[in-house]
Amino acid sequence: MSRRLRLWLFAVGAAGVAVLFLAAVLRMPEFGGVVHPLRAAVLDAAAAHRTPNVVSAVNYDQRAIDTFGEETLLLTAVVGAAALLRGGDDAPPPRPPRTMEAVRAVAYLVLPVTLLLGLATVVHGALTPGGGFQGGIVLGTAVHLVYLVGGRAALDRVRPVTVYVAGEAVGTAAFAATGLAAAATGAGFLANVLPFGTAGSVLSAGTVPLLSAAVGIEVASGVVVLLAGFLRQGTAGDEAAG
Amino acid sequence: MTVLVAAALVVVAAGGTAVVLTGGPAAQAVTLSGYGLLLTVLFAVLQAPDVGLAQLAVGTVVVPLMVMLTVRANARAARKRRR
Repeated sequence: MSRRLRLWLFAVGAAGVAVLFLAAVLRMPEFGGVVHPLRAAVLDAAAAHRTPNVVSAVNYDQRAIDTFGEETLLLTAVVGAAALLRGGDDAPPPRPPRTMEAVRAVAYLVLPVTLLLGLATVVHGALTPGGGFQGGIVLGTAVHLVYLVGGRAALDRVRPVTVYVAGEAVGTAAFAATGLAAAATGAGFLANVLPFGTAGSVLSAGTVPLLSAAVGIEVASGVVVLLAGFLRQGTAGDEAAG
Repeated sequence: MTVLVAAALVVVAAGGTAVVLTGGPAAQAVTLSGYGLLLTVLFAVLQAPDVGLAQLAVGTVVVPLMVMLTVRANARAARKRRR
């Protein structure tokens, strides 16, 4: 396909998107306005299931099936990346890299705080902003602060990758199992069948905290497995040489 | 509030342009990381702290780190081929 033809093709597609986008934006409720029919419906449904964090009510209750799709999508992406990044040097280099003392000190201080923040975000998914995905990302990233302190050797010691490979599968399976258990009661796949409890307590909102935890396990494991592959390929050999 | 949102949007637009104009993937990973931080501020201003948290970890740490490690792996493979 010639460059000219490609540009024309792009122009046609872009014009179509621009027209549809403008038409959609012009009919949207005013930004920051008070009237919003969807918000009203979502808020009522969240309050009925005693889920103060409305975003989690949408993600893990009202549209849990969409989240299940995203979870399997993430699983597929991680499996694909891990397959591409397999091989490479598995033995950790003997000596840690030279890291500035200040960086190591900050990593030491920040590691426990970050892990705690990640855990709290996952566990309080139904109550406060965040949930399994956000907390899981924070947890998966936090583990890598160990790399700043002790290099790959230290990271490999505290983070056995096989555990996280299993975690990736267990998290996704737990999400599916919760959905199937709900279906078995006759309420439908991923229906919120558990008692809603008292609003504001950690174990309230029915299945929302369970699904949030499942997603937290899966996302944290996925980030670790993904970065393990990239670290193995990207840092192999340079610590031993430096 | 509107002024804050407008200011954050302008800064994000400027940051995005800076990332596009950065030459070379290694340098671009650094500007991308900074751009991730600007997006985090925008999400916080738009009252979406949860999205901001995910953006902070993914856009500021994970993606630039993966780009950096890929650049390093490629550079090493190229050195090996020359030898």
